[in-house]
Amino acid sequence: MQTILSIGLDGISYGMVLFIISIGLSIMMGLMRVVNLAHGAFAMIGGYLASYAMRDLGAGYALAIVVAVIGTIIISIPLEILLYRRIYRKSDALTQLLLTIGITFVIIGLANFIFGPTLKAIPLPNALSGPLDIGFRMIPTHRVFVIVCGVITALALWLLIDKTEFGIRLRASVDNSDMADSLGIRTEWIYAATFALAVGLGAFGGVVGAELLPIEPFYALRYMVTFLVVVSVGGAGSIAGALAASLLLGLADTTGKYLAPEYGEFFFYLAVIVIAFLFPRGLFGRAH
Amino acid sequence: MKKSATLLSAAVAIGLMTGGASADVIKVGVIGTMSGPYALFGKNFKMGIDAWVAEHGNKVGSHTVEFIYRDEESPNPAKSKALAQELLVKDKVQYLAGVYFTPDAMAIAPLLDESKTPLVVMNAATSAIVQKSPYIVRTSFTMWQNTVPAAKVAKTNGSKKVAIAVSDYGPGIDAEAAFKKTFEAEGGKVVEAIRMPLNTTDFGPIMQRIKDSGADTIFTFLPAGPPTLGFVKAYIDNGLKAGGVKLMSTGDVVTEPDLPTIGDAGIGILSTYHYAVSHDSPENKAFIAQIVKDGGKLDEITMTSVAAYDGARVIYKMIEATDGKRDPAKAVDAVKGMKWISPRGPVSIDPDTRHIRQNVYLRTVEKVDGKLINKEIKTFEAQPDWALSSK
Repeated sequence: MQTILSIGLDGISYGMVLFIISIGLSIMMGLMRVVNLAHGAFAMIGGYLASYAMRDLGAGYALAIVVAVIGTIIISIPLEILLYRRIYRKSDALTQLLLTIGITFVIIGLANFIFGPTLKAIPLPNALSGPLDIGFRMIPTHRVFVIVCGVITALALWLLIDKTEFGIRLRASVDNSDMADSLGIRTEWIYAATFALAVGLGAFGGVVGAELLPIEPFYALRYMVTFLVVVSVGGAGSIAGALAASLLLGLADTTGKYLAPEYGEFFFYLAVIVIAFLFPRGLFGRAH
Repeated sequence: MKKSATLLSAAVAIGLMTGGASADVIKVGVIGTMSGPYALFGKNFKMGIDAWVAEHGNKVGSHTVEFIYRDEESPNPAKSKALAQELLVKDKVQYLAGVYFTPDAMAIAPLLDESKTPLVVMNAATSAIVQKSPYIVRTSFTMWQNTVPAAKVAKTNGSKKVAIAVSDYGPGIDAEAAFKKTFEAEGGKVVEAIRMPLNTTDFGPIMQRIKDSGADTIFTFLPAGPPTLGFVKAYIDNGLKAGGVKLMSTGDVVTEPDLPTIGDAGIGILSTYHYAVSHDSPENKAFIAQIVKDGGKLDEITMTSVAAYDGARVIYKMIEATDGKRDPAKAVDAVKGMKWISPRGPVSIDPDTRHIRQNVYLRTVEKVDGKLINKEIKTFEAQPDWALSSK
């Protein structure tokens, strides 16, 4: 029983990391219809900025997260204006893939050149590092923090998209952009803001997830498949879907690693196949 | 495939004929991880070789030696083989060197006999590599060499039940076998043996499994690089360290560039290894001073720089013995039994296995003058590769 609880906890925290990073990608794919292969690269930039802010500028952990999120959004603005704006919603998939994979390669090259090929740590504050005794086992304090972050992110996004004025405009723009345009909604701004939101979430996930997915130049590609899998299993654009998919896959992966570590990611992909077979549109996917 | 082999031997033959006329430049092809997650170790190959060349010049007799670098990047046998072919055919190298990963070394081995080229392995640590061709000499280490002392230390330190967790590839399996055999022969018990996939980054479940096994000590090997840090942190953060479970490893898990990131929580981790940057000897001081003088960073020096430095020495000796001619048998014979004082301590090339014999040190992570180092606390003298030699 204790073991099951332990594995469950590990699985949930891993799932939450996947969720925080993947939800931005899910928004891009579901709402903007852009398969953004550079999403992992933005998460990585967030990680690098946080690491730089803490190790070289002496910033605290909270400040580093803010710097990472805002800094990554600022870096992404020229990319949005010059490149992404052209591929929202309308362009064909091949153009999107070629463009975003190209951006990814450029970012990998730059990260390698500027920060070097070695792993960059994001030191944790004392309050978040070390083990935490939660009765039946010791758990890394950081994992509890990650779980809390994931829950807050999910709630905040749900409120933002389902309950606010911005959310209404966004959904209107997504469902029928021409009509939204003619009703006076500045769809261009809505898209830009949503892009910034997606990038910012990626950066946030990159920082808080750095303990499980360490920051190095190949981060951008290494974990991209995992993020894409989460989005497609969950159903693009669905918050609940991404959350359910992340947790399910996190649990499958962790349980697999515990029971049969030599099988590697076998259980992760087995779960993907089973879910994709039962829910071809993803767990909470909508038909478009 | 067959065609490329024919092409290769033809090209090499031409290389041999023309080689005599322009004997003044001898090329050495170095294959190492120059980019990607393991780039630090490829960089160290270059730092070590540069240090040797800076000290001894780029000439052996009347022959100029030129090192050409190629990027192996990751465990990628097909790519490494192609790189070696390119070096042999296009660049007409007379020696091959480097190689970080075992699978890559295995892929290159068959080319050596065909092209009559010696290979000086500067890292790849699976015992069987030297048996794949009579033209392979190794100046790094093997898992057996470093692991057998670790198992002995575990026993003398009072460990009774050990959980082994290793990366699931050649050297990891070697490490597991070496530890198990030695530790059980000494009367200890291995309660769990976990093989972790190379791309594992989340070690939480592994730690849980080790905890459930009731082990009092963990022995682990992962190739030096990003995953080692995650392993050590998971060990600390999941409360195993606080719970009194000891961690033993080979030095790959606590390379000096990773120590600052592991932080003070790493103090007291034991490892057995053939080289510590803090090794106290005049040779090592001079070696490190040379690297720093050439612009290398002290915090980036790892074991691969020493292996490359000694590898360059071996290659120079081979060139001297053959007077710049392509004669791999003579070249390899010339270095069998060669003895010298390396920055890591006294070493020699075992004439039977062509693998380096060296001291293996027990080290503990310690803070000296505000800096975390691997401090050597015990020496196991002149250790052979225990998989291939019995004494």
